[in-house]
Amino acid sequence: MQFDSWQAVIEMGGYGFYVWLSFGVSFLAIGVLAVQGLRARTKLERAFKQEQHRQQRLARRHREVS
Amino acid sequence: MWRWLHPYAKPEVVYHLLGRWLPWVAGAAALILGGGLVWGILFAPADYQQGDSYRIIFIHVPAAMFSMSVYVGLAITALIGRVWQLKMADWALAAIAPVGAVFTFIALFTGAVWGKPMWGTWWEWDARLTSQLILLFLYIGVLALYHAFSDNRTGAKAAGILALVGVINIPIIRYSVEWWNTLHQGATLTVFERPPMANSMLFPLLTCILGFAFLAAALIFHRMRNEILRQELHRPWVKAELGETSKQTEAV
Repeated sequence: MQFDSWQAVIEMGGYGFYVWLSFGVSFLAIGVLAVQGLRARTKLERAFKQEQHRQQRLARRHREVS
Repeated sequence: MWRWLHPYAKPEVVYHLLGRWLPWVAGAAALILGGGLVWGILFAPADYQQGDSYRIIFIHVPAAMFSMSVYVGLAITALIGRVWQLKMADWALAAIAPVGAVFTFIALFTGAVWGKPMWGTWWEWDARLTSQLILLFLYIGVLALYHAFSDNRTGAKAAGILALVGVINIPIIRYSVEWWNTLHQGATLTVFERPPMANSMLFPLLTCILGFAFLAAALIFHRMRNEILRQELHRPWVKAELGETSKQTEAV
């Protein structure tokens, strides 16, 4: 390792703020993108289930009427 | 060739294919990018001029590279969608653009944060930085147009045309550092020349670039699956895919 201690890793030779801000925000941006994609998937699954229930309800009513 | 390609134009087939690849691609992205970053941040030597601030390169350069290559991919997809009227090429626009936009944002942000200690300024309206900012607006424009119409095909058409027109910006970004006097340095990596970089810095950088390729693929695959599902939500194959409730519905 290039650094003697974890303290030195954080300090980054005086550039710690810039280096860790860069990596932090980049990580956050990719994380938001990934989580947003996962949540979109959950939302789609929920929309599908709702549609299924609606169709079943309609089918049941149709049977009752006929 | 067309006969061979034909089954791959079916959304269902693509959905399952991407689903099979996704865990491997995502795993490779986490492993390679994680390894490359740890290598670059902790083990690569410090730069003799920039000290440890240069370590931003390990995220800045891969993000900037792929912000452009993803755009080229977006433009090719738009071309396929316009010329061959392939609906899945249209849908891919919605999967690719957000990933490219985030990579562009990362390139701009890390560039600004790197510029502050090295150039003494967060931002300068110079050719490279400005053209990269325009790239971000292009991505946002493509996304906005795609979702702006209630008719999905109209939106995809408009977004595709913007993506195609915007491709002019790519050579401008690429050569901005040669055509104009800019603050930004020249290309770090070129295909034909040996990079002016020690192997101890070059290898972790190349690892990060490879990791970013897998990251881009994983994010795009996942979003493409979402978009296919969204478009095909009422098709029978989705019923088999998403719910056991389908049996009850069919029994009726």
